[in-house]
Amino acid sequence: MAKTYDAGVKEYRETYWMPDYTPKETDILACFKVTPQDGVPREEVAAAVAAESSTGTWTTVWTDLLTDLDYYKGRAYAIEDVPGDDTCFYAFIAYPIDLFEEGSVVNVMTSLVGNVFGFKALRALRLEDIRFPIAYVMTCNGPPQGIQMERDILNKYGRPLLGCTIKPKLGLSAKNYGRACYEGLRGGLDFTKDDENVNSQPFMRWRARFDFVMEAIHKAEAETGERKGHYLNVTAPTSDEMMKRAEYAKEIGAPIIMHDYITGGWSANTQLAQWCQDNGMLLHIHRAMHAVLDRNPHHGIHFRVLTKILRLSGGDHLHSGTVVGKLEGDRDATLGWIDIMRDSYIKEDRSRGIFFDQDWGAMPGVLPVASGGIHVWHMPALVNIFGDDSVLQFGGGTLGHPWGNAAGAAANRVAVEACVEARNMGRELEKEGKEILTSAAKNSPELAAAMETWKEIKFEFDTVDKLDVSHK
Amino acid sequence: MQDYESSLSDASSRKFETFSYLPPFTPEQTRAQIEYIVSKGWNPGIEHTEPENAGGHYWYMWKLPMFGETDVDAILKEVEACHAAHPNNHVRLLGFDNFAQSAGAAMVIYRGQTV
Repeated sequence: MAKTYDAGVKEYRETYWMPDYTPKETDILACFKVTPQDGVPREEVAAAVAAESSTGTWTTVWTDLLTDLDYYKGRAYAIEDVPGDDTCFYAFIAYPIDLFEEGSVVNVMTSLVGNVFGFKALRALRLEDIRFPIAYVMTCNGPPQGIQMERDILNKYGRPLLGCTIKPKLGLSAKNYGRACYEGLRGGLDFTKDDENVNSQPFMRWRARFDFVMEAIHKAEAETGERKGHYLNVTAPTSDEMMKRAEYAKEIGAPIIMHDYITGGWSANTQLAQWCQDNGMLLHIHRAMHAVLDRNPHHGIHFRVLTKILRLSGGDHLHSGTVVGKLEGDRDATLGWIDIMRDSYIKEDRSRGIFFDQDWGAMPGVLPVASGGIHVWHMPALVNIFGDDSVLQFGGGTLGHPWGNAAGAAANRVAVEACVEARNMGRELEKEGKEILTSAAKNSPELAAAMETWKEIKFEFDTVDKLDVSHK
Repeated sequence: MQDYESSLSDASSRKFETFSYLPPFTPEQTRAQIEYIVSKGWNPGIEHTEPENAGGHYWYMWKLPMFGETDVDAILKEVEACHAAHPNNHVRLLGFDNFAQSAGAAMVIYRGQTV
């Protein structure tokens, strides 16, 4: 029977709270951590989040009756306590797949983290996780090449890849910059990397940088007989300019380029990733601005969501945190989003902060990049935590070597190979790390010098954003 | 302060990817790596090349990959047979992971004279 139009403000829960709803295989599911204003019932707040992130607005409008709103609406279907924190609760919401344009993480996020985050009935709101149904995953292009293709292109098997971010991050001339790359690559690195802020400043325009760096790659490849790359940052003020730089990188034979997917924008990122797939290029993804979104435990977007967004939008590498270095990152949570980057099926696992099963189907994986404040002494732990399918990136830990970049690179290369060899023999890296490195250093004065330089450095601050597992 | 010596003219600067920054393996070390390949359920395979042609994706296959072979001695024997037949070539051992459709392990066991 047709409904009648009844103007005015209705309680959200009348329409959007559906505790008996069983989510469909094709629904997009979201878990929000909701901190309500005092005195607002949980069901009402959860329903409000479902409404404001889907079809609802603050009042009934007559055009609601021209469509099947009961089909299109988001449904708040469950509420759970947050372990150890009674200021907030988890709300689970299901959205019919029709609400979202195919292949558009931009569209999904515009709904899920749109106006609802400024909603007055909420004190704070955090998007903890999203389950993308396989039906939606298959509409996205995903990583341009994937892990297996990258290994084949670069001839790197059976070990983590090694990188280095060139420092100082700003101010070098193109020629001096290329020198820093060349030294690192000839010493045994697989990659060097533009720092994220290096785009095309007056002291070093992009084109000069690309030319000098390419010469560095070619010479280091000829010298070592190994394949090398440098993440040429094509992040630019406009996507036209970004594409221009990408095209030039391809023209000069660069194997890999780089983009900052949050500051550069998901629309530009998806465009670039599709172009990379069409043009046989690898795409390294930096995540500047992520901590603005993901660090506050009560408000924002969890990094595991940003990880899923990137895998759908497209990228072959993504910075993941290091667990052991200078930047924030809880170990279990990091292991969780590393799985989300690489695996084809990830089971719900609250001990790693994973709220939903996630099926990626045939979508290739993304290599996690561990970067930030790490050096040779961290190598055993890094190999143990990240395994072979990763990029371990030492900036200061390469360039800060007392004998220069080539020696710093060689030290890291010897260390990673010694750790992989020991792991393959069944040795416990995090227990025996010191012996493994000390023994390898006997044949590598570069490694011995690196171990001497960095031995006292540790990073043992507590993490700000911890998993919600501690019960009071 | 020590110089890091490598140059285009010095052929000893050429490397062989994984494990080539470590000293050549002893027979015991090689055996341990083969045991690892077997323990992962990967298929061992042997490839070789003239050092001057080492840069390409395709080296020469030594027979077919040893599908299902788990006997470390049998695998070692094939590596040695390949080396005996091509004493001047690089000989590498791979562990093919058919699920990842990639090599899970790859290492040059016999290093020819680099160019």
